[in-house]
Amino acid sequence: MRDTTSMLPLIVRDLRLEMDGRTLLDVPFARIQNRQRNVILGPNGAGKSLFLKTCHGLIPPTSGRIEYTLPVSATEVRRKQAMVFQKPVMLRRSVRANFTHALAMAGVGWYERRRIADETMAQFGLSGLADSPARVLSGGEQQRLAIARAASLGPDLLFLDEPTSSLDPTASRQIEDMLDVLHERGVTLVLTTHDLGLARRFADVIFFFHNGRLIEESDAERFFTQPETEEAKAFLEHRLFW
Amino acid sequence: MQQDAIPISSILSLLTGDGGNFLGIILLSLQVTITAVTCAGLVGLPLGAGLALVRFPGRTVIIVLVNTMMGFPPVVAGLAIFLLLSRSGPLGDLGLLFTPKAMMIAQFVLVLPIIVALTRQTIEDLWTEYQDHMTSLGAGRLRSIPTLLWDARFSLVTTLLAGLGRASAEVGAILIVGGNIAGFTRTMTTSIALETSKGDLPLAMALGVVLMSLTLVINSLAFGISRVGARFSGKS
Repeated sequence: MRDTTSMLPLIVRDLRLEMDGRTLLDVPFARIQNRQRNVILGPNGAGKSLFLKTCHGLIPPTSGRIEYTLPVSATEVRRKQAMVFQKPVMLRRSVRANFTHALAMAGVGWYERRRIADETMAQFGLSGLADSPARVLSGGEQQRLAIARAASLGPDLLFLDEPTSSLDPTASRQIEDMLDVLHERGVTLVLTTHDLGLARRFADVIFFFHNGRLIEESDAERFFTQPETEEAKAFLEHRLFW
Repeated sequence: MQQDAIPISSILSLLTGDGGNFLGIILLSLQVTITAVTCAGLVGLPLGAGLALVRFPGRTVIIVLVNTMMGFPPVVAGLAIFLLLSRSGPLGDLGLLFTPKAMMIAQFVLVLPIIVALTRQTIEDLWTEYQDHMTSLGAGRLRSIPTLLWDARFSLVTTLLAGLGRASAEVGAILIVGGNIAGFTRTMTTSIALETSKGDLPLAMALGVVLMSLTLVINSLAFGISRVGARFSGKS
C-alpha cells in the first residue's frame, strides 16, 4: 500500500548523462519504491555512483526526468533526502560539530541542533567520541559518523555510495546494523555496492548496471536465483564480462 | 668607540638609555603593521573566499591581476598613495599624508593582494573536498564561505603571516607616505634606512636585530598556536 504522505516512489524517466560525446549513464526507466532497500549492483565504472549523484541532484542530467510522486518544491526535495559519500567528508571539527553544522545548514535552530546531535550520537554509539576531532577517527568510525550525520537530518530517502567498501568485516557489520535501524524507521535506502554478500543479505530490490546502462531491475530474490541478462549472470559468477 | 661587531651592547644601551624614542619607534612599527594586516585580513579573507567560489565573467582576469599584485613594487604603491593623499590629490582634504594612518593605508594596499590570492587558493582546494557534502546539505557556494573559512583556519594563519612578513619588512612605501618624521612616523625599517645612510651602523644593526627578533617571536607564537589548534581538530 502506498504511503500517501511520502514523496516516493521516485520515478526516473529517460535519464541520460553525456560528457564529451560519451554516454555515461542511460536509464530509460527506474522506480525507487517507498521504504525499500534498493541496492545498485554492477562492476566498477558501470555508472552506479553517477546514477546516485544524479538522483540526489548533485549532477544535472543531460536529458530525462526525476519525478516524485507528491508535487514537492525543490527545497523540500533537498530537505527530504541525504547522501553519504564513498569517501566520507569530515569537517575539520569535533564529531558533535559535524552534526550541528549539517543541522544548521538544514535550518535547524541552535538548541534543537544540539539536542538532535546528542540524541543521534547516543542512538548510534558515537557519544563517547562527541568531542574528538572527526578527522582522527578510524575509517569505520568516520563512516558511522557520516551515516549518523545524514540520518540526523531526518531524510525520507537516503543515498549511500559504497558504504562498506573500504572497511573490515566488523566495521561493515556495524554499518549494516545502522542501515537496518534506518530501514526499520521507514527510511528508503538506495545504496551502491560491489559486495555481493551485502547485497544478498540486505536488498529488497536490485538495480544492475553495466557500462552506464541500467539493464536489470528486479526483486532481489529473483535476481540472485534467475538473473535475466548474461551480464548479470557473469557478474554473479564472478566471471569477467566485457 | 662603537666598533664592536656585536650590537648587543648598543641595543641594551638604546633600550635602557635615551628614553622613549627607541621604544616609540618599535611600538609605532608594531601598531602600523598589525593594524594594516588586521584590516587586510578582515577584507581579504572573505574576498579571497568569494573569488574562489563565485563564478562571474572576468574572474580569471581578476585572479591573474591579484596574483600579479602580490609582487607590486612597494615604492610604486607608495607613490600612488602619495599622489592620492597629497594636498592637491583627490583625497588631499583628509590631511592624511605624513601620518601613521597613511602608512597603514600603504601597507594595507600591499598586504591585501597577498591575503586575497593565498586565501583563494586555499579555499578553492578545500571546496573540491567539501563541494558534494555542502551541495547535498543544500548550501550553495555563497553560503559555504563561512564554513570553508573556518575549516581552513590553520592554513589561513600562514596566509596572514605571509602578509605580516611583507608589512613588517616593508620600507619603500611607508617612507614615501609617512615621511620618516622623528617621533611621529619613524618606524624600525625607515630608521634603519636613515641610520645606514647617515653612517650610524651600530644603531641600524641594533634596530635590525630587534626587528628580526620581533618577527621571530610573532611567527613562533602564531605557528605554535595553529599547531596546537590543528592537533586538537585533527587536521592531517
